[in-house]
Amino acid sequence: MSTTGIGWEGLAASTVLVAVAVGLSLWRGLGLERTLLWASGRAAVQLTAVGLGLGLVLAPDTPVAWAWAWVVGMVVFAAVTVRRRAPEVPDAFALALAANAVVVVVSLGVIFGFGIFPVEARTIIPLGGMMIGNSMTATVVAARRIVGELSDKRSEVEARLALGQPSAEASRPYVRAALRTALTSQIESTKAVGLVFLPGAMTGLVLAGVDAADAVQVQLAIMYLILGSVVTSVTVVSLGLTHRLFTPDHRLVRLIRVDA
Amino acid sequence: MLELGGVLSFDDVELEVAPGERIIDGLTLEVPLDGITVLVGRSGSGKSTLLRLCNRLEVPTRGTVAYGGRSAGDLDVLALRRQVGMVFQHPVRFAGTVRDNLLVAVPSAGDDELRRVLARSAVDGDLLDREAADLSGGEAQRMCLARTLLTEPQMLLMDEVTSSLDPDARRSIEELTLSLVDDGMAVLWVTHDLDQAHRLSSRVVVIESGRVAVPDEAQRFLAGASDDIDPVTGEAAS
Repeated sequence: MSTTGIGWEGLAASTVLVAVAVGLSLWRGLGLERTLLWASGRAAVQLTAVGLGLGLVLAPDTPVAWAWAWVVGMVVFAAVTVRRRAPEVPDAFALALAANAVVVVVSLGVIFGFGIFPVEARTIIPLGGMMIGNSMTATVVAARRIVGELSDKRSEVEARLALGQPSAEASRPYVRAALRTALTSQIESTKAVGLVFLPGAMTGLVLAGVDAADAVQVQLAIMYLILGSVVTSVTVVSLGLTHRLFTPDHRLVRLIRVDA
Repeated sequence: MLELGGVLSFDDVELEVAPGERIIDGLTLEVPLDGITVLVGRSGSGKSTLLRLCNRLEVPTRGTVAYGGRSAGDLDVLALRRQVGMVFQHPVRFAGTVRDNLLVAVPSAGDDELRRVLARSAVDGDLLDREAADLSGGEAQRMCLARTLLTEPQMLLMDEVTSSLDPDARRSIEELTLSLVDDGMAVLWVTHDLDQAHRLSSRVVVIESGRVAVPDEAQRFLAGASDDIDPVTGEAAS
């Protein structure tokens, strides 16, 4: 066994915790046993498939273009996920696609433009995945909150419009409140890092035997990039969604409110 | 400044919000832009939507809303909304003080101007620093009227503005509106209260199922509600 591998035995041993979760669900009557087993099994299948795919893409003789294609696939899949999780948001797929595309261009542009990491398949895919994954979550929260705020505060928004305010101005206080909510969890995570939990990239590097100081540097760089990516994505979504929720003649479209 | 002309007209206006769901259905009406015109009708008859067509918070799916013969769709919508002010059924208070609320209408307005417009709306100028959320219902609605007046509109759309107020507050808003009309303001007032309609105006239009009621419908609606309103024309008998 290599220093970083856990082997099939290690993997099998880790499923003991799944069994514990199922047992607790049974004991407390949560009715989540099937869901827990399904989620665990699905994760195994998905990660195995991803691992096989990654093995091909990360092979030394595979052109780096395949890694970029992988990132494009992640952008599209993230947009599909946003549409599914935010059904009440009009044009959620297109908005998320635009937001994630901007995030990828900006974040990977900074990462590789400043030479923070080398342009290789082994950096493009995981870094792209982290940026897109975090942005996707924030995008869902931001988009749903914006629609929710404008729906709940429709009378206020229309009172502002009736005073002759343009739609961008009339919606600003409510969009701002929604964005603050969407960003708060990422900011809180950034503040709590190291004190409450060790983030994934750092944990992985330490487990892989990398010096802790080096792992911290990598993790800090990634956290700052994620923070920037999340703010970028929700900004793109808020601009696009505000544009979509108002007509060119400054009317608020009819909105569907779906409780989370 | 945008000039509205002498008459607001609706020409075969329809508003369909979903397939087959028409809130306004073939409405044709002319409203002179002087004095008060009162729209009455049952709940859900389309009165409030008709008001929203006047400042383009809604746009017709068919037909034309026009000011002085010019289609509202051809006018600068933001300028139109500042010239056709709207006060809503329930007082809309924005976060912050009365001053914060008024400055939404005209951010550059000074305290003297704010006090002047508050006085015109029978609100004590000393309330400028009061949280809008702490105002009574009547005070809040008068603050909303003051906020609307700040844009110096030529016409006011009043959407059941007294329905949630007590009798004293209701009377106060009515008197304020009449004094504004004396100063040359045109008002389109929506109510389901026929006594109020009679108190306010000699021009009463009955709205039924999204259009002007035909005489028989108007007669049925007005019958018994007020002997002083002509059941056929919908106008107050002099």
